[in-house]
Amino acid sequence: MGADQSYAVLMSWGDRGWLDEFVWGLLFTLELAIGGYLVGFALGLLGAGAKLSGRKWLVRVGDSYTTIVRAVPELILLLLIYYTGTSTLKAVLVGLGLAGEDLEISAPAAAIAALGFIAGAYITEVLRGAILAVPKGQLEAARAYGMPFLLRFRRILFPQMLRYATAGLGNIWLNVTKESALVAVLGAAPELLTAGKTAAGATKMFFFFYSVTAGFFLLLTVTSMIGLYFLERRLNRGVRRAV
Amino acid sequence: MQFDPIYMLTEVIPQLLWGKTFWSTPIVITLTLTILSCVIGNLLALPVAVARVSPNPLLWMPAYLYILVMRGTPLLVQFFLIYYGVRAAIMGLPGMRETWLFPYLRDAYWWAVFALSINTAGYTAEILRGAIQAVPYGEIEAGKAFGMNKMQIFWRITLPRAIRICLPTMTGETILLLKATVLASTITVYEILGWANYIKQQTFRVYDTLIAAALLYVILVFILTRILYWLERRLNRDRLQPPPGAGRPDPALAGATGPA
Repeated sequence: MGADQSYAVLMSWGDRGWLDEFVWGLLFTLELAIGGYLVGFALGLLGAGAKLSGRKWLVRVGDSYTTIVRAVPELILLLLIYYTGTSTLKAVLVGLGLAGEDLEISAPAAAIAALGFIAGAYITEVLRGAILAVPKGQLEAARAYGMPFLLRFRRILFPQMLRYATAGLGNIWLNVTKESALVAVLGAAPELLTAGKTAAGATKMFFFFYSVTAGFFLLLTVTSMIGLYFLERRLNRGVRRAV
Repeated sequence: MQFDPIYMLTEVIPQLLWGKTFWSTPIVITLTLTILSCVIGNLLALPVAVARVSPNPLLWMPAYLYILVMRGTPLLVQFFLIYYGVRAAIMGLPGMRETWLFPYLRDAYWWAVFALSINTAGYTAEILRGAIQAVPYGEIEAGKAFGMNKMQIFWRITLPRAIRICLPTMTGETILLLKATVLASTITVYEILGWANYIKQQTFRVYDTLIAAALLYVILVFILTRILYWLERRLNRDRLQPPPGAGRPDPALAGATGPA
């Protein structure tokens, strides 16, 4: 059996090869990244709102959130939130009456919450900058028309803010997909790097399988970069560029 | 399981700050990992960035691919690939055990330095590329007018100017590098998080150990930020001092007052 053929077997679908594990891993990585990103976006909107609210205690909460998250290494935050987060989140949900005492927070859900908490701090900063970039006069005009807050947000602020924020938000998306690999340290979900670890450990072909893992991540990054390019172009349609 | 600040301050943090020997102290390992990979990474970044802006496809294409791979894959995957893949392959070479390199090759520390250096080189090269391309063309033309050759223009004008342009971004990158050193704990290097995890396994105290590590990083990031800002100001000294007698710049005179 030649080397090429054995690699083909190793990367085949089914019981003898590892391709299926990697593809499921890729999907799980996507699930973690999308979930974490959405949680982060929600936290980012809240954070940016708090920072721009002008109320002293809200500004302080927002500031400490972004400062702490950006100063502590992601892996430590992930471990801390993963270990403490499950019990805290459960207490909050049960306390609010949204869930019963028998609630079990799954490991992937905890990992998503942790990734989202980290991404939220970075998204807060991006959104804060983007909101400030929307001309104030437009919001005042909307207010003069008698639009309520949510309508102003939906029609004036959000669409324009998104345009200013795309580049930053795109970078954070790329970071979240890469940070999701840290979940392999927790062993919380069968994502890409966990698939790579399992395959490498079982076959002792560490170099080969970690290269394959890197290749899958690269595929994800390059696809995202192409998608972001077109998204940015679409959001900027009708906007003239200086150069 | 609970958090006990007294235990953290009296038992965990001293272990992270004072090791058996100076070089095996967790905080020293974290700092030397950061400093070594910062220096090596920046030195590596320079040729990559120069190759990246070259019009020759034989130069810019490999540089582009290198930057893409370093920035496009998770650092943790790079750590595993290098430590479990490359290290095993190199140590398995015949005759390797007898060479003077062997003790270094066996030590996870040097592989962490290697992984961090080549990774940060990719990020820094991309930053430098942007800065090199942002150098005003007029300054390069001025160099040409003085009769400088290409090398002289690069070393005397383009590079110093580019480094100044990207200093703030480089500061951020260095902070990220400090934070990235925690990944060395996954390949058995006992830096701050590695040792905190060790105590965690010995005592089953999750919060005290992790929060102690987090606290130390917050302090380290704070100090490093201060040092880098100071350095930034120092390197830009001539541009921070307002010209004598200058009040608020007059917008009407903008552009007429020399280099900004």
